[in-house]
Amino acid sequence: MAQLAAVIGTGQTRYKTKRGDVSIAGLLREAAVNALEDAGLGFEDIDAVVIGKAPDMFEGVVMPECYLADALGANGKPMLRVHTAGSVGGSTALVAASHVQSGTFKRVLTVTYEKQSESNAMWALSTPQPFAVHLNAGAGGYFAPIIREYMRRSKAPWDVGIKVAVKDRLHGARNPLAHLHKPDITMKEVEESMMLWDPLRLLEACPSSDGACAMVIAAEDAVDSSAKPPAWIRGGAMRSEPTMYAGREEVNPRAGRDCAADVYAQAGIRDPRRDLDVAEIYVPFSWYEPMWLENLGFAEEGQGWRLTMEGATSLDEGGDIPWNPSGGVLSSNPIGASGMIRFAEAARQVRGDAGAHQVEGAKLAMGHAYGGGAQFFSMWIVGADKP
Amino acid sequence: MSEAREPVTGIEAPVYLQYQFTAGRAPSRFLSALKQGRLTGQRCPGCSQVYIPPRGACPACGIATEEEVTLSNKATVQSFTIVYIPIPGNPIKPPYIVANLVPDGANISFIHLLSECVNEEVHIGQRVQAVWKPEAEWDYKMDNIIYYKPLDEPDVPVELIGKLGVDGREVQP
Ligand SMILES: [Zn+2]
Repeated sequence: MAQLAAVIGTGQTRYKTKRGDVSIAGLLREAAVNALEDAGLGFEDIDAVVIGKAPDMFEGVVMPECYLADALGANGKPMLRVHTAGSVGGSTALVAASHVQSGTFKRVLTVTYEKQSESNAMWALSTPQPFAVHLNAGAGGYFAPIIREYMRRSKAPWDVGIKVAVKDRLHGARNPLAHLHKPDITMKEVEESMMLWDPLRLLEACPSSDGACAMVIAAEDAVDSSAKPPAWIRGGAMRSEPTMYAGREEVNPRAGRDCAADVYAQAGIRDPRRDLDVAEIYVPFSWYEPMWLENLGFAEEGQGWRLTMEGATSLDEGGDIPWNPSGGVLSSNPIGASGMIRFAEAARQVRGDAGAHQVEGAKLAMGHAYGGGAQFFSMWIVGADKP
Repeated sequence: MSEAREPVTGIEAPVYLQYQFTAGRAPSRFLSALKQGRLTGQRCPGCSQVYIPPRGACPACGIATEEEVTLSNKATVQSFTIVYIPIPGNPIKPPYIVANLVPDGANISFIHLLSECVNEEVHIGQRVQAVWKPEAEWDYKMDNIIYYKPLDEPDVPVELIGKLGVDGREVQP
């Protein structure tokens, strides 16, 4: 039986197109120091460090796992890097949590980042491949046809994605750390933004951000250093599947459904929409909100878009299950950190620490990340109450 | 030391990457067939699904594939996107259509360009056909097919996309 673990500190940087004022090490250190401060700890209190980052063009040049050890106070301690494409922020958090849940370590620092201004991750994923034509037009080009198929199957109105784009930017306007601040954004503005990968417009896609996110995860007998209450980890799960196989369900991937079923069972959740108070879900392209609403069981298959259109996921419309009150990936996307931001924001919600984007009285929250060709999933449930 | 100097904000340090791709048995047969103007796939002995490009194993069953299958030049649009931004290192001018296509006889899609079409009229289930380069230019590349173009054939019902035999008819179990 795994031991109890909790998030006792979260730290983030301000997300921007270019953080020219800090190096990569400086960026991570900023998030790490913020998390330690939040936890009431110093680097000397940490037993192990787990970092994560998405791949980019300079993968073999930067080698962050080699050169960040000193900046993250990991000299003389175990340090580990996790690698699961865009979902890495989530899986890094789960690896860090398992270091504590296994009883091996008492306090683990985990940090993830991306400095997109110095790496260009989008086109690193678009290099020519042998035995295929060179038509890879970034992640949006990959996901747009899958979205088109969802629209066909669900017969959703054409502007559901636009609604998500507006909703998440209005949420982001409440979050001082968010990259995009668009308090006056309208459906019309999104509709008129440039079409990039039909049916996806510019404002229906995530920005490219620099930023880092960190957390301190502690064992049951080590949660008292922080002035804030701990966010108890009530369940954590990861699943993967091949990028391509004949008959693969790409709109509603099986790995996502299985991962959700696993994490819900651990946390005793039977109906996620009813049982959860808030969710931070990885939505880098607008239409992934209704698609994941279905994949994660918040709505029946083909019905996810109704929740979005009814305002069920909107803080501003008083929805019953707010999704991405922080503004989500659509408001800030330092890729490697984006999954961990979801996990950390879920923790902030149940600690009552989310400021202007706090969901009133949130007790149980979900963090979610996906990556690769929607083939890696990582999820956790955190709660205010000790299980 | 009185001169004020411009701060160094960055220096250029180019990296060049040219690599040798080790094709392996299945892709090597696939590439050789392409050089002869043929699209080929491999059938999984477990689930009978035909893969293109063949990688020598079925990712669903986790077993090796051996049986080679010649595929049709005709294909069906499984889905697509109209792209409005250029691709670095590719001279193609936007907007252009990148389609997920399943060739008749295969059970999985690959992406290729769709051209000679009205972008707004492209749709899921549409029938298309490969347009090959002149034979003299064939190489070990998918680029031997310049693009796919619409075919005057009835649409394939969605539930049958990815399930047609090499003759373009539904495979009877
Ligand atoms: Zn198989």
